[in-house]
Amino acid sequence: MPQVIGVPRETAAGEKRVATVPEVVEKLIKLGFEVAVEAGCGAASNFSDDAYRAAGARIVEGAERLWAESDIVFKVRAPSAEEVARMPEGRTLVSFIWPAQNPELMQQLAAKKATVLAMDSVPRISRAQKLDALSSMANIAGYRAVIEAAHHFGRFFTGQITAAGKVPPAKVFVIGAGVAGLAAIGAASGLGAIVRANDTRPEVGDQVVSMGGEFVTVDYEEEGSGVGGYAKVMSEGFQKAQREVFAKQAKDVDIIITTALIPGKPAPKLITADMVQSMKPGSVIVDMAAEQGGNCELTEPGQVVVKHGVTLIGYTDLPSRLARQSSTLYATNLFRLSEELCKTKDGVINVNMEDEVIRGTTVVNAGSVTWPPPAPKLSAAPPATAKGAAAKPAAPPKGQGHGGAGAPMPAKTTAIVLAAGALIFWFIGAYAPSAFLAHFTVFVLACFIGYMVIWNVTPALHTPLMSVTNAISSIIAIGALVQVAPPVSEAADRPETWILGLAVLSIALVAINMFGGFAVTQRMLEMFRK
Amino acid sequence: MSATLVTVSYVGATILFILSLGGLSNPETSRRGNLYGVIGMVIAVLATVFGPSVTAQGLPWIIGAMVVGASVGLYAARIVRMTQMPELVALMHSLVGLAAVLVGFANYIDPAAAGSYEGAAKAIHEMEIYIGVLIGAVTFSGSVIAFGKLSGKISGKPMLLPARHWLNLVGLLVVIWFGARFIGAHSVSAGMGPLVVMTVIALLFGIHMVMAIGGADMPVVVSMLNSYSGWAAAATGFMLSNDLLIVTGALVGSSGAILSYIMCRAMNRHFIAVIAGGFGTEGGAPAAAGGAQPAGEVVPISAAETAELLREAKNVIIVPGYGMAVAQAQHTVFEITRQLRENGINVRFGIHPVAGRMPGHMNVLLAEAKVPYDIVFEMDELNEDFPQTDVAMVIGANDIVNPAAQEDPTSPIAGMPVLEVWHAKTSVVMKRSMASGYAGVDNPLFYKENNRMLFGDAKKMLDEVLVALKA
Repeated sequence: MPQVIGVPRETAAGEKRVATVPEVVEKLIKLGFEVAVEAGCGAASNFSDDAYRAAGARIVEGAERLWAESDIVFKVRAPSAEEVARMPEGRTLVSFIWPAQNPELMQQLAAKKATVLAMDSVPRISRAQKLDALSSMANIAGYRAVIEAAHHFGRFFTGQITAAGKVPPAKVFVIGAGVAGLAAIGAASGLGAIVRANDTRPEVGDQVVSMGGEFVTVDYEEEGSGVGGYAKVMSEGFQKAQREVFAKQAKDVDIIITTALIPGKPAPKLITADMVQSMKPGSVIVDMAAEQGGNCELTEPGQVVVKHGVTLIGYTDLPSRLARQSSTLYATNLFRLSEELCKTKDGVINVNMEDEVIRGTTVVNAGSVTWPPPAPKLSAAPPATAKGAAAKPAAPPKGQGHGGAGAPMPAKTTAIVLAAGALIFWFIGAYAPSAFLAHFTVFVLACFIGYMVIWNVTPALHTPLMSVTNAISSIIAIGALVQVAPPVSEAADRPETWILGLAVLSIALVAINMFGGFAVTQRMLEMFRK
Repeated sequence: MSATLVTVSYVGATILFILSLGGLSNPETSRRGNLYGVIGMVIAVLATVFGPSVTAQGLPWIIGAMVVGASVGLYAARIVRMTQMPELVALMHSLVGLAAVLVGFANYIDPAAAGSYEGAAKAIHEMEIYIGVLIGAVTFSGSVIAFGKLSGKISGKPMLLPARHWLNLVGLLVVIWFGARFIGAHSVSAGMGPLVVMTVIALLFGIHMVMAIGGADMPVVVSMLNSYSGWAAAATGFMLSNDLLIVTGALVGSSGAILSYIMCRAMNRHFIAVIAGGFGTEGGAPAAAGGAQPAGEVVPISAAETAELLREAKNVIIVPGYGMAVAQAQHTVFEITRQLRENGINVRFGIHPVAGRMPGHMNVLLAEAKVPYDIVFEMDELNEDFPQTDVAMVIGANDIVNPAAQEDPTSPIAGMPVLEVWHAKTSVVMKRSMASGYAGVDNPLFYKENNRMLFGDAKKMLDEVLVALKA
């Protein structure tokens, strides 16, 4: 018995998006589901009921009936209390939820014994990228932010030299180079503006440059990457240095687009009233963090206001302003999630809590709250392995997506390793004689040299490398050599024959390795050619 | 030669060894790197032989032993086929291990070596002997077993004794207990008993450890044994208070350890998990029951049709695996490559880090067949290019191109990075039969719509493809 996916009309004021579009309806039906949509659900984003019908969806009049008939409901915005009330017990809901901000909603949903998958809680791992609705919405928002800015800005973006005089290019400063920031950089530089961008995470510098922007750094040493590729709260000293950079930029640029968000915290206030005042008249600030309180002190969420001659855009519905595009992308994200939920393609979902992606996304499972999930510790940042004090960085935990990005060792493990190391060193220092310590020093340093030298070897040469290290390990011959005939001062009862026999045998064995090893390495290396 | 001159020679040799390893990081400097190693070794041996610790009456013995060893070694290096490299390397590790054991015993029964030590220094010296022999013995027996597995004399399947972790633990405790008795022994004859018992236990432990590791993990084992042979040399260095041995042993030991770590990372597995052994035994079975079973048709293809596909392609990526090594097909692969390149087709090779039976095994085989190394790429360099590739040819590989690693979280190889050949417009898998790879996991790739199977011996089928290409 296939399950019914229902898509109601969005009820939030001003929301134009819809959770599925006709072309995705076809794909969902191929997965074995039945699809029902509320009449008029796609009207605001220009998808007609006829188009849905042609794609194979059933049109249902009225939200009440739709909620009652659907096993699974796809939505964009978190449901209102009214909508939750319409929901029969034990159904499944897929939508944005924002569980941290909406505890009452979570309680209501749990009371309905619902299973809820929050599109805002998709874990940020490679495998889940195709269903990362936050990224696809942020991309649209970033683009739209530039378009809104252009609309309110009184000049061209691109510089021109015309018969009527020279037009300087607009200067755009983007704060926060996440998905939205990068989209804004791309859109603004596409329009011809000079784009600069800043982010607390230094590793996004290359991405900024690749989108046509210029990366403005804050001259202060601090790593800004938090868990999961998000930013974290920075120290006082950093914030001061950052404000100085922003104040300088504010005087110079025409448009500021701010996208700075820290998960689960109010947006940081980065643009002060003084900075706004220092901007040129006619400048524009688009505050994409308006919903979380805004990055600018003067932003009014949801409004466009003019203060000190500067237009402050605080729209909180930027993706909805590009409804057709954002509905299509969101619908595709939901389709990808459906694929994950229904691997058997028989139209019945299976919320497999063993699967990392589904586990992270599911915030309520059959009435029990499962949010927050255990954190996936996979940072998008390059691991700072080589710098670590331990000789070997910890292996990336098994089964966390593919790709080489392993997380740096957690602080606790590092501490344990260092403590154990300290204990061993103390033990050695306390009991070992000094002659041993000299050798021990040499030994430890040599281990590190080996580690440094090998780390950069290209994988193609691993076999020759092993064969040469193997040949070099025949240095053990020295040990046998010194035993063959040492200058003994008439030692009492030295079992000469035994020692000589053992030593000569060792020398012969090691010589096989020594000559054979170097010869075979040479033979192999001869073959490597361009 | 005076003692100071010997020390200086040792420092020179150490530097040359470090340069040697550094030189190996790049194909252009690698031959020089090997040469540095040779020079370093010559300096070290000559300095020792002509130094104060060897008297003239030992010379004939040394020369004799050297000549015998050298002729065997050079002969082996001459005749070994490149496909047999892993076996040869494993066998050579065993020699170093055995030498460490012999040197340890010889040192223990030599009253001149122990005479000058008192108190804590004596205990430490004896501990060094004990540990040196221990590591040497494990290296020896482990390498012999690895040799047996790699050369097919012993089955590649992991042999798992019941309660094997407990067995190992008991072995360790016994070794520690005898270690205490050994250090407490007052005379050489009293200490010999514990030392021999420990050696036997260490030999058994080495056998048991490698027996429990499956064929797919062999690259890790080989480089791990490489590391052990280094540690054995370092322990011997401590025993003899010889800094050259300590440094060189530590270099080899840590480089082998790093290499094992790199291998493990390439398979997305924990080092400990590999050493503890038994790939696919914990959680492999439920994978078959739950989750998505690959379903659908396997589409076979003939050699002539494969040639047709290749001729019409613009971009071809060849993914070789252990099957190519077994079939000795690398020369035919190169002929096909040359033929295709003459026709203006872009041919590249994608090498998975753990393809073959030792790190970098595939690269060596391709190099032997004269494939230029600038068309041989790492997995990470190529994976993004598969969607633009017309034909991806998989020759005798299975687990390293298994989409289950990405698509099926219950698969025992889930999360292991793989070459994404299924993104190519067409993939052709050359295989002898539908049997699964070393990991014992079914491969959904074979059932994909855009995949074709070319059944048969890799060498024979490739020869046919080549003939069809030339026609």
